[in-house]
Amino acid sequence: MISALFRLLLPHPALTVLLTVVWSLLQNKLTAGMFVFGVILGIVIPILTARWWPDRPERIRVGRMLAYCLLVIWDIVVANIQVAWIVLTRPNARIRSAWVVVPLDLRTPEAITILAATITLTPGTVTADLSDAGHSLLVHALDTDNPDAVRDDIKNRYERRLKEIFE
Amino acid sequence: MTLETIAVVAIAASLVVGALFTLVAGIGLLKLNGAMPRLHAPTKAGTLGIGAFLMASMIHSWTYDEGSLHELLIMGFLFVTAPVTANFLAKVNIHRRDCDTPPEPPRDDTWSTLLVPVPDQEQDQDQAQGQA
Repeated sequence: MISALFRLLLPHPALTVLLTVVWSLLQNKLTAGMFVFGVILGIVIPILTARWWPDRPERIRVGRMLAYCLLVIWDIVVANIQVAWIVLTRPNARIRSAWVVVPLDLRTPEAITILAATITLTPGTVTADLSDAGHSLLVHALDTDNPDAVRDDIKNRYERRLKEIFE
Repeated sequence: MTLETIAVVAIAASLVVGALFTLVAGIGLLKLNGAMPRLHAPTKAGTLGIGAFLMASMIHSWTYDEGSLHELLIMGFLFVTAPVTANFLAKVNIHRRDCDTPPEPPRDDTWSTLLVPVPDQEQDQDQAQGQA
């Protein structure tokens, strides 16, 4: 009974929390009235949009997600410096760009989206395309002497962690 | 050394780091040749360069003013939208054949950008004939 009511009022608890936090941040100072209004928005919007989230992931591991975010931010900083060094010091003729095909083990659309965004945000690689049935990602690497190593790096470093978070 | 001095140094350092990375992104956009390598440069400024600028803005507002967390939202929206832009530019490059043709995917038939449904192919031909 209580869990049914909970499910009816909060079809998407994570979205409720996210909307409340975003609303409070938009106000830029925390007042009780605006926080309550944010909670109301956070309850009403998921109820109105619930029908567009039919296959959303049932649960994600929040702690591992935070650890993953920190890892990605660290990688962005390190890889930015590497790419800046390549751009400034290496002549164009010696930059070896390559396509890298990453076969996917992930099946959840949300997880694939996050993996694709992670690959683009970490400098040196850009996600270009998804295969027609969604079993592979096409990645462009700015400078690599070994495309297989880039593929294994993406699979071991990011995809394995996302698999733990979502599945 | 007071707290304010440390804050000023941190603001200046963040601004310099942000300016450096944005400059490198601009240089990369000019210097790299080919549509795909060129795509790499601006997607990077969006992350570290802007991140450093926003850090400077946050430290400044917490030191001299009431403090502001808007920057976190800017960062969040940027991280969500920047990969979409890069992805669309890459898809246009593939579609217009502005880059090397990508290798075939191992399990599926083709890449989704190269997959044109048959009715659309006929339409394209009709349009080409109409223009001719």
